[in-house]
Amino acid sequence: MGALDWVTTKLTDATNWARKWSLFQYPFVTACCGMEFMSVAAPKYDIARFGAEFPRFSPRQADLLIIVGTITERQGPALRRIYDQMCEPKWVVAFGVCASTGGFYQNYSTMPGADQVVPVDVYIPGCPPRPEQVLDGLMMLQERIQRGEGHSQITIKAEAGYDVPLAAIRPIGHKAETP
Amino acid sequence: MAQIVLDQLNAKFTGGEILESGTTHGDEWARIRRDAWVAVATFLRDDPATKMEMFTDLTSVDRLGIHGGNPDAPRFDVVVHLYSVSHKHRVRLYCGVNEDDAWVDTLVNVWAGADWYEREAYDLYGVRFKGHPDLRRILMYPEFVGHPLRKDYPKEKRQPLVRRNAGTRE
Amino acid sequence: MSDHDTLTPAPRKVVLGFQDVEDLTAPDLPNEPLPLNMGPSHPAMHGTVRMVLEVEGERISSADIQIGYLHRCFEKESESATWTQVFPYTDRLNYISPMLNNVGYAMAVEKLLGITKEIPERAQYIRVIVGEVSRITDHLTCLGASAMELGAFTVFLYALKAREWLFELLEEVCGARLTSTYLRIGGVAYDLPPDFDAKLRSILERTLVVMSDISKLLDRNRIFRDRMDGIGIITQADALAYGITGPVGRSTGLAYDVRKDHPYLVYDRFDFDVPVGSVGDNFDRYAVRVEEIHQSMRILDQALKQIPAGPFMHPDPRISLPPKSEVYNSIEAMIAHFKNIMDGIAVPSGEVYSYTEAGNGELGFYLVSDGTGRPWKCRVRPPCFSATEVLTKVLPGLFIADVVPTFGMINMIGGECDR
Repeated sequence: MGALDWVTTKLTDATNWARKWSLFQYPFVTACCGMEFMSVAAPKYDIARFGAEFPRFSPRQADLLIIVGTITERQGPALRRIYDQMCEPKWVVAFGVCASTGGFYQNYSTMPGADQVVPVDVYIPGCPPRPEQVLDGLMMLQERIQRGEGHSQITIKAEAGYDVPLAAIRPIGHKAETP
Repeated sequence: MAQIVLDQLNAKFTGGEILESGTTHGDEWARIRRDAWVAVATFLRDDPATKMEMFTDLTSVDRLGIHGGNPDAPRFDVVVHLYSVSHKHRVRLYCGVNEDDAWVDTLVNVWAGADWYEREAYDLYGVRFKGHPDLRRILMYPEFVGHPLRKDYPKEKRQPLVRRNAGTRE
Repeated sequence: MSDHDTLTPAPRKVVLGFQDVEDLTAPDLPNEPLPLNMGPSHPAMHGTVRMVLEVEGERISSADIQIGYLHRCFEKESESATWTQVFPYTDRLNYISPMLNNVGYAMAVEKLLGITKEIPERAQYIRVIVGEVSRITDHLTCLGASAMELGAFTVFLYALKAREWLFELLEEVCGARLTSTYLRIGGVAYDLPPDFDAKLRSILERTLVVMSDISKLLDRNRIFRDRMDGIGIITQADALAYGITGPVGRSTGLAYDVRKDHPYLVYDRFDFDVPVGSVGDNFDRYAVRVEEIHQSMRILDQALKQIPAGPFMHPDPRISLPPKSEVYNSIEAMIAHFKNIMDGIAVPSGEVYSYTEAGNGELGFYLVSDGTGRPWKCRVRPPCFSATEVLTKVLPGLFIADVVPTFGMINMIGGECDR
């Protein structure tokens, strides 16, 4: 029994390793952060070296939803629908402070963060965040994927019957952490 | 600089349609009576001395409770900015409307570009434009209730369309 | 035998483009209009715009363009902010040329204050310089993104490479690559760094090389020309009726540029040309933008030579913040600092409309002040609002594939169009 567990754990680790280095991103670009997203994808701050280069412009083919820029109430249904159309496992990154918490917009039209409609795995603050910050956020996401602690990965486990508490997500620091 | 515009207006419309006019901070402006709104606009576009072919802007101002304002003045002002490329002069036109009677004639037939600007003024202030071909909301979604740029609409009153299920994994 | 008994379909007039071809026959294909939804999240819908198109085959028969997906309530927010606190909101209007929006707003408030002539000369030159640098980033982004949507990915990478250099330069000036908030009412926030001149000149040289690379790739490229020539024609009459200015308006033949017709800041001291198109199609808009980049470089060259030394901020303590050394050491400066920040600049009551040439055209600010430190109304007249509006008239008759270059060349920026 122990040997089987060891095999499945290593298999999960290997699968997560492959997933984190081949993210197919769907950039849901709305506002100014889109310009920094373009810079991240540009040659200088190359996101291609992380394997996350080519944007998949259909949610059916993507597994990373990057919410770039301000989300307004009007966009809520569209964003929710796009998230629902993606296949599991899927991850969501809130790029920019508007997508994280609404930014400095507190008004009748701005949604206070994209996590009002979709569960977000990594928040990248900044207005707009520097490309290095984005890459740091991407590396945090990769850490989360490797540990299997993305919201969608936990949901999959919970639905498969494993007992996964809601607060199963451990903080990701820059120091080496022993699980 | 654009005094010619005000002179032409005052010369042509002598029946009290021009309620007030003047120049402040270098901008010429005129306040028009509502029933002469389209007539004045058409005149400004076609008269060879003014020739305001370019429609620049249309918006509305909510003067509810403005400091030092006249309490009997109409609540909303529809403000139009016009420009003449040939003569290089501008003018601003005002038309005051009360809150319970907030409508003006549409300028779509004079300048086609007034279309979306009037839709925006209707969306954000609630001023209706009589004769507009398609007066519906443009910046807010159709389910939104109220006119958000009015001074009595609270800034942070959200009307969300969708929210995630709180407390679940989704 | 009546016509109804025959099985061969009756000859039908086939409509090709704008011409009817009489003697072509076609089988009776179903041709109800099909509603097609593009957006609000779509790779080619720069940001978020929803186009509900009715298509017959590949041809668009009507287009309903729905904007407002990025309405971030600029006006409502500025009504609860002080006059200086509005600057960050203006950055995020046309976010690919943020300095130009800052310039427009600062000049509007200064017009209302009546201090337009009292802005120090060095500040005016700095405003022109950062404004033109922003204009170059605006056009580079527009060209790069539009070319990428047509498949020219290399052009996108070249344009972004040049844009990176300019962003780093702006970061040295004000601390932020994109959303700069560099201007203040009465001048600019900080002086230019000491080696700015040399750095900008070297960047402009390298950008010229990039522009020539882009031109070599696109100008006589068969695919690019076929997709851009003759598509999306806007007439000059439409440009006037809809109020379209800027590169889109000038591509129709309308020779109106605020910098030439109503010079502000120190634009009357520079020698530059304004490119004007003739046909009003997508290629004209592309060519006008490329030429405008070259003209901006000309202006920058002259501005760098002419810029004088001196103060960069208006001296009146009711308008500008005193230097930090005084704030911490003298009570008058501390009180002035406090009043300026907490209450805002006391702009006298009145209304003003001020206009400058932004990346997309005449950016107007209509300000209404009630005499306090917060605006009563701060309206932005967005140049790309009119350009997007005319698309409801231009798109019908085009193919679905033509929507991509046409919309790209209009350069609709969501932050500015929806505010």
